[in-house]
Amino acid sequence: MSDVQVDYPGYRATQWRAPSRPLAPIPEELHTLEGPVFGDDAVERSDNDLTQQHAGEPLGERIIVHGRLLGDDRRPIRNALIEVWQANAAGRYLHDVDQHPAPLDPNFSGAGRVLTDDEGRYRFTTIKPGAYPWRNHPNAWRPAHIHFSVIGRMFTQRLVTQMYFPGDPLFELDPIFNSVRDASSRELLIASFDLATTEPEWALAYRWDIVVQRTPFEE
Amino acid sequence: MSRTPSQTVGPYYSIGLCRRPGHELVPDGVELTGRLLDGRGEPIRDGVVELFDTETHAWGRSATDEDGRFAFVVPHGARRLEVFVFARGLLRHQLTRIYLDGGAGAEDETLLAAPEGGGFRFDIRMQGDRATLFFEH
Repeated sequence: MSDVQVDYPGYRATQWRAPSRPLAPIPEELHTLEGPVFGDDAVERSDNDLTQQHAGEPLGERIIVHGRLLGDDRRPIRNALIEVWQANAAGRYLHDVDQHPAPLDPNFSGAGRVLTDDEGRYRFTTIKPGAYPWRNHPNAWRPAHIHFSVIGRMFTQRLVTQMYFPGDPLFELDPIFNSVRDASSRELLIASFDLATTEPEWALAYRWDIVVQRTPFEE
Repeated sequence: MSRTPSQTVGPYYSIGLCRRPGHELVPDGVELTGRLLDGRGEPIRDGVVELFDTETHAWGRSATDEDGRFAFVVPHGARRLEVFVFARGLLRHQLTRIYLDGGAGAEDETLLAAPEGGGFRFDIRMQGDRATLFFEH
């Protein structure tokens, strides 16, 4: 059911990490297992605005990222926890392992979280992340992206993925993006520019809907 | 409609994950520890393991350390825990489960936790002779 090739040779780290045994069928009872339930204390006020988590404003292009979390039957998934993390505008992560010689931004941590509303909607304000180099192959660069983690209503609605920006010249060179073998599926990872939500004199907006397994019963 | 494909958590997931919840599914329980190992038997130092107790709906996360080790506090008397494994190099997270009660009905012997010091030990091997059984999802 997945068109992600888990042992994609172009992404070297898969070699010793992709499962080698054939996968077993999912235990039937997991299809109807509900996931963790989140209270209002799962998120704090500044969690949906990554530009307001420090004393000053971060550098870079301020953007709004929003969309809906849907089941594959198009029904919204409410009260789901969406967590994001990303590099700063210079393409640097606030992480010890990241040695890219680009500046950290004292006003940007790059982490956010939000619960979806009754229509499955989420919305973040953040900074457009920069592309950054990695050592997978010579002169390897990741296209700009925001990492997303979704914990939905159902156990089987767990998803971790990455959102990309339209028109990135690095798409065809990136083995992680291309580990999704079907071109139309890759398109599902790319947000759309959204003029209607763009705020004049303030921030460009991008819209990105996320689709997971449907909830198998009516709410 | 088509589902959004998975992508790896990458090496920097701890920025966004692991803040909440912690590794304690319950404040007062028993310890469950283990190591996440790659196909060469090397520790996966940049992985994250999530546990979910289907009976209490308690949920926890533990990032792996330099030895690939993760550690949780799980409810007393828990019989089975569902497990998600995430890591750099895993394009899709993997699903497995841990049997704590001797494993009657277990799908595979790799899913049985070993009693250890009043708690439990459970290693996750991505590949090799004793590779953990993972499920489609």
